[in-house]
Amino acid sequence: MIAFKLAWRNLIGAGLRTWLNVFVLSFIYILIIWHYGILDGWNHQANIDMKAWEAGNGQYWQQNYDPYDFFTLEESHAKIPEVLQKASSEGVVTPILISQASVYPDGRIQSMLLKGIIPDQKVVAIPSAELDTESEAMPAGSPPAERTGQEIPVVIGRRMAKSCKLKEGDITTIRWRDVNGTFDAAEVKVVKVFNCNVPNVDAGQMYIHINTLREMMQAPGEATMFIIGKDFEMNETVSGWEYKDYDFLMSEMNEMMKMKKVGGSFFYLILMLLAMLAIFDTQVLSIFRRQKEIGTYIAMGMTRTQVVSLFTVEGAMHAILAVIIGAIYGIPFLLWQMKTGMTMPAGSDDMGIAIAESIFPVYGVGLIITTVLLVLIITTIVSYMPARKISKMKPTDALKGKIQ
Amino acid sequence: MEQSSIITIKELIKRFPVGKGEFTALNGINLAFNTGEFAGIVGPSGSGKTTLLNIIGSLDTATEGKAVVMGQSTGDLTTKSAAKLRRMHLGFIFQTYNLLPVYTVYENVEFPLLLLKLSDSERRKAVNDALEWVGLTDKIKSRPAQLSGGECQRVAIARAMVKKPEIVLADEPTANLDAANSHNILKMMLKLNEELKTTFIFATHDDKVIKYLKRKITLEDGKVVKDEFITK
Repeated sequence: MIAFKLAWRNLIGAGLRTWLNVFVLSFIYILIIWHYGILDGWNHQANIDMKAWEAGNGQYWQQNYDPYDFFTLEESHAKIPEVLQKASSEGVVTPILISQASVYPDGRIQSMLLKGIIPDQKVVAIPSAELDTESEAMPAGSPPAERTGQEIPVVIGRRMAKSCKLKEGDITTIRWRDVNGTFDAAEVKVVKVFNCNVPNVDAGQMYIHINTLREMMQAPGEATMFIIGKDFEMNETVSGWEYKDYDFLMSEMNEMMKMKKVGGSFFYLILMLLAMLAIFDTQVLSIFRRQKEIGTYIAMGMTRTQVVSLFTVEGAMHAILAVIIGAIYGIPFLLWQMKTGMTMPAGSDDMGIAIAESIFPVYGVGLIITTVLLVLIITTIVSYMPARKISKMKPTDALKGKIQ
Repeated sequence: MEQSSIITIKELIKRFPVGKGEFTALNGINLAFNTGEFAGIVGPSGSGKTTLLNIIGSLDTATEGKAVVMGQSTGDLTTKSAAKLRRMHLGFIFQTYNLLPVYTVYENVEFPLLLLKLSDSERRKAVNDALEWVGLTDKIKSRPAQLSGGECQRVAIARAMVKKPEIVLADEPTANLDAANSHNILKMMLKLNEELKTTFIFATHDDKVIKYLKRKITLEDGKVVKDEFITK
């Protein structure tokens, strides 16, 4: 207890030197908590967005489907099995048919994926209902064969609209190949440009009524994959279709977040090193500058252990004071950030990962406790190291202020 | 009436390594101090006064021989026991005061009592008494930097005396003080010596101090050349 009492007196007595160290440490605390909070918030948000827009509660893939190999798309669609057809008609799963295609905005050519989706599906957040826009000459879902000079309604995302310089109401040409390898082309009209944080469902993609696409591809009743809704449970395997659970679908995102955290750890480490350098420097300087004081403590009857404890507690108290000071200005800041979020710089959504315009940090109790404990433990260690040197100092030398 | 020896020094030798050789600071010292003495170890610089005081204060150890303080041989003490001896029975006054710079006068004086784990009320009473002895009750909230040299040394005396130790060891206590302050401080220490029967041992070569001594031990080249009791 005496070490705490004396350390407190020494810290308060040291004035500005103490408060500078405490402020630096508290800043480190807040920065680490905020930084990890942003990463966790991003992860949390990305999980929600990906679940809502892309992954659902899992997916069934046609056995040949490989999202990383576009050349497999021609082979990766099949007739919908009965069990999934039933679930689809109940609205608990939704089929997606995917075809490679090209779009010709302003005479340019751009590769893309044409995705057929059921307009009234509720499984994912893609505004497919817009595809139900009735056209005078061509009702929604009508195959191209029934076209009478009218455009096929399509829905695209913000990124796709940006890259193709398209906007709602624009008409452009698309070209695709049917199952026999025959090229065909049609005019499409952008009926909706949706805003989405998940580039995987947006960039380089165009959504079209699934029946229209089936007709275009000459693949009636077929699908490439199914997205599973929350009320769907099936224990049996479906021949020719592979089940991909939610964790599998999120694994890439989770891996990327892990990498981000590893990258963040370097930042964390540098911050910690800076803070510890400040404490270590203060403590080392104290040992040399306060030798007479140390000699006096020993002359007064303090044991060497007590002196070492005093200096160690003094260092550790910086970390404790930093928690208090950090709480005073940090809690309002962190809460404010939690409420308003951090606006991501323009262009950050071009990175190809799910990222919202604003990220709302998420602060876990574990994160806060770990950060506080880690800083406290490291501060104590770096305070102890120079203090240990005292134990080797002769009291008579300490009293004279002799540097050893 | 025979008085008991509070400090006994027998055939004490202290050597320091100097380069490849050794320097003998104390060479065969034999001394005994009784309770309530007001003694001074005098001699020129380098005669071994401070070294002898440090050995008595268990801040240093003898190379040969022994120093028995309060019945304990300082050379045989562990660092913990030596700390306890200093904490319980010894008070130190230094030439440069050695006050703790970030503490107030009150806190400086209170410091030895914190180590003795006295209660708040006991500490408060003892500190106020000690500050009254040295006439600094109006400066309790001042820090050492705000005090004059004389005031600082009075705080150091209060700190040394607050726990009412059996022995006070004062190393050149007046070296940084003017004549008036030196006399004031010495009178104060003499008064405390008479009232509390505390043994004072000075290491000094200051004539102002020597005038007040009741016993003068003269050291030269690490040897006691004269040991005289002065009757006033």
